[in-house]
Amino acid sequence: MATNPMHQFEVYKIGPEINLGGINLSFTNSSLFMVISSALILLLLFFGTKRKSLVPSKIQLVTEMSYTFIAKMINDTAGSNAKTFFPFIFTLFMFVLFSNMVGMLPYSFTVTSHIIVTFVLAAMVFIGVTILGFVKHGIKYLELFVPKGVPMALLPLIIIIEIISYLSRPVSLSVRLFANMMAGHTMLKVFGGFVISLGLLGGWLPLGFSVALTGLEILVAFLQAYVFAILTCIYLNDALNLHH
Amino acid sequence: MKNLCFALGIASFFFVSNSYGSEAGMPQLNPEFWTSQIFWLILVFSILYLIIWKVFLPKITYSIENRKSRVVNDLDEAQKLKESAEKKLKEYNQIIENSKKEAKKIIDDGIKKLDRDIENKKQKFNTEIEKELANVEKEIKELKKSSISNINKIAAETSSEIIQQIIGTDVNKSNVTAIVDDILKKNLGKYI
Repeated sequence: MATNPMHQFEVYKIGPEINLGGINLSFTNSSLFMVISSALILLLLFFGTKRKSLVPSKIQLVTEMSYTFIAKMINDTAGSNAKTFFPFIFTLFMFVLFSNMVGMLPYSFTVTSHIIVTFVLAAMVFIGVTILGFVKHGIKYLELFVPKGVPMALLPLIIIIEIISYLSRPVSLSVRLFANMMAGHTMLKVFGGFVISLGLLGGWLPLGFSVALTGLEILVAFLQAYVFAILTCIYLNDALNLHH
Repeated sequence: MKNLCFALGIASFFFVSNSYGSEAGMPQLNPEFWTSQIFWLILVFSILYLIIWKVFLPKITYSIENRKSRVVNDLDEAQKLKESAEKKLKEYNQIIENSKKEAKKIIDDGIKKLDRDIENKKQKFNTEIEKELANVEKEIKELKKSSISNINKIAAETSSEIIQQIIGTDVNKSNVTAIVDDILKKNLGKYI
């Protein structure tokens, strides 16, 4: 019978409980799938860079294509002086992408379907970008909140709106990814449950839906990783170049 | 589209959770494992970041740069080879043209030389022939002259002998000779 579609998001600990000063740091299924995603990324990169042949093998082509894909994205959105942040954005993109993709496997756990995980990632970006902005421009970084060519009367209102929009960046960034992943997986589960409950007679329609949704979810998994990375690039561009 | 999906998902969640009445709420909002997730995320992500940054990206960069420079080098080399090939072709054409010119010159020279030789030989032969002719003419003249004097002698002797036979006495030889000479002088134009 259909189980609770939210059951797949349940976090439970694997192995012994680890408690450091009253803080629960147990190894959970979430941690396990973070490790699995990372291991898959490292495996891909390992085999992709094993033989650096002139004419790349398929796996080497995949790594080099992802490399050039991210490099081009950074160059297009944040300019060439954002190259120092390439490793971070590359890691971020690969981690989110692989977490999403691994989550597409049946019986797996989607790391990015948890708001706390996406929020930590978004907060890393947000804090990093803010620190970078202040280091690079000093107090002038606050000019980000004062758009040019706005009438004096409207300025206080605009500044407040700008500050709110700036502060809501990590929230929107994290909620976007989390909500997409959760919604998709919930729907998959719901339709999967319908297949069972409607049985052999009526189950074909939700099954077809499930198949179509799986394709859509794979697209979303890639798209959300891309969106996460490109928004990071855009925030980085604000911090580095400071023109509105 | 995404918002619709999200709303659908949430709606279906409420629908299902109401109908089954199992665990309430989203597990995402249960803070029990938040610290654990934060800790493990930061740990795993940092390790992944460090490994990618320090180990793999330099390799990929090297590989891509290597290929790029290799391609550029190859293109350069191809361009160079092409240029040198064109140069060689030009040289080759030049050589062919030169040799053609030379051959023509040699042929022309040969023809000219032959012409000159032929001309020389002709002239030489002509002069020789003329010389020979002159010699022959001279000889003929001399022969004629000598033959005339011989004829005179013979005529004188024959006539003296004939006279002797006819008249039976010796004739004064000098007289006969004088007469023959005289006749000869008179008729010289008739024989020669």
